[in-house]
Amino acid sequence: MARIIVVTSGKGGVGKTTTSAAIAMGLAKRGHKTAVIDFDVGLRNLDLIMGCERRVVYDFVNVINEEATLNQALIRDKNCNLLYILPASQTRDKDALSQEGVGRVLDELKKDFKYIVCDSPAGIEKGAHLAMYFADDAFVVTNPEVSSVRDSDRMLGLLASKSRRAEQNEEPINEFLLLTRYSPDRVKLGEMLSVDDVQDILSLHLLGVIPESKSVLNASNSGTPVILDEKSDAGQAYADIVARYLGEDRPHRFIEDKKGFFRKLFGG
Amino acid sequence: MLTDASNTPFALEFKSASFSVPVLVLTTDDMDVIEQKLQEKVRKAPEFFKHSPLILDLQEANNQGCLIDLFELVGIIRKVGLFPIGIRGGNAQQNKQALELQLPTHSISSRDAPPLDEKKQDSASQEPEVNTDVSSNIAAAATTLITYPIRSGQRIYAKGDLVVLTQVSAGAEIIAEGNIHVYNSLRGRALAGVQGDVEARIFCFDLQAELISIAGNYKISEDLGDSVKGKAVQIYLQDQALIIKDIELHH
Repeated sequence: MARIIVVTSGKGGVGKTTTSAAIAMGLAKRGHKTAVIDFDVGLRNLDLIMGCERRVVYDFVNVINEEATLNQALIRDKNCNLLYILPASQTRDKDALSQEGVGRVLDELKKDFKYIVCDSPAGIEKGAHLAMYFADDAFVVTNPEVSSVRDSDRMLGLLASKSRRAEQNEEPINEFLLLTRYSPDRVKLGEMLSVDDVQDILSLHLLGVIPESKSVLNASNSGTPVILDEKSDAGQAYADIVARYLGEDRPHRFIEDKKGFFRKLFGG
Repeated sequence: MLTDASNTPFALEFKSASFSVPVLVLTTDDMDVIEQKLQEKVRKAPEFFKHSPLILDLQEANNQGCLIDLFELVGIIRKVGLFPIGIRGGNAQQNKQALELQLPTHSISSRDAPPLDEKKQDSASQEPEVNTDVSSNIAAAATTLITYPIRSGQRIYAKGDLVVLTQVSAGAEIIAEGNIHVYNSLRGRALAGVQGDVEARIFCFDLQAELISIAGNYKISEDLGDSVKGKAVQIYLQDQALIIKDIELHH
């Protein structure tokens, strides 16, 4: 049975698209046929992160409007042949999306794919609403700072009250917390909320912590999802997250200060 | 004089309050009968009725097909020494007359008829985001039990008591006509006794609220002393002041 995953946050700039690209790639690399959809109509980004911007012919809105078939619009990833990208339209706005149209596209994808990752736009308006409406699982991407945490909390409220599962009184969406841009150093200095602080406010199952890392920016610039950079801390953190989502038990990393050992050694 | 007014920051303030007002339910349009009956009543308890405000309930009469002329009726009531302060259940014509007489038109109150729910949802629909949250959470039962976390932006309205087992996030709002119990962290707003019940109380395990209110008397987070923050407390009203008191938990 196919599962629809929404990557959402409420707040912008916290790492939704980076996460969507990494998660989708991770799932595909592990042998699951995966599609990733950019719901940010008008502010298309996912194609850049996935490095397929020069191969976009048709987009999500074309498929919704039945101007193109799904197969025409889906772009096969150059690194993994089990991963497909459905880009957003850059020339339209969120009103081009309709609940009925999105539902139809997702139903069609479900026939062929194991996982469908929906990259939500920021905000709580139409684009974000439709990205989460049909979801089975939600990855709530949060930065360790108060405004991001509050926006995530708001989004969790909407997942619980405005989704299809909520409206039809089905089993609620599985919600997972992804804490991104985490820096143990800055937590120690009191400049950032700690994992515990965030957990205390959101009381949500922690799927993983992504450390603040240069490798994320490098990956975005080169158009390769950071999870493919297996040497990087962020890449490994996303690999852990995919493994945990698939049911593996992996201890949490990147929460503690990695220099801790040396500090202890030198009494710093 | 204008400058005086603007230099006085607290010249006036709007507060919410509830009053008991007699409601006159009419079942006839015979003005002579009404006048005679009214005078009888007032004669029996002159002190009670002296200068008493009165709301005129026209619904029953209208249902029975009686056509009450509001101008005439208000004239009679004032003659008897009572002060009409509004009507309810009037038809279009009567509501128009009320407006001309500068009398407010009230809707039927919650205790006698259901239409208030519709009114509540109407007023909530001004904030579309909140609207469905509210309407889906209006409970018919005397006590509403919430077992899922109440997230930022969500609103719960309970017609009776409200019992919350989970956290109430900052930016969430829980409202009850009766008492509120939160067996977890209360970080949002909690308003008890919103229909004017001054006996209503708020109980919570971990007070971090943005705002607490009982029957319209409120305190904001800034006014909560450090001595009660993060504590298990109960909050009640005494002489129109909110009292926050530790609950001793025995283990």
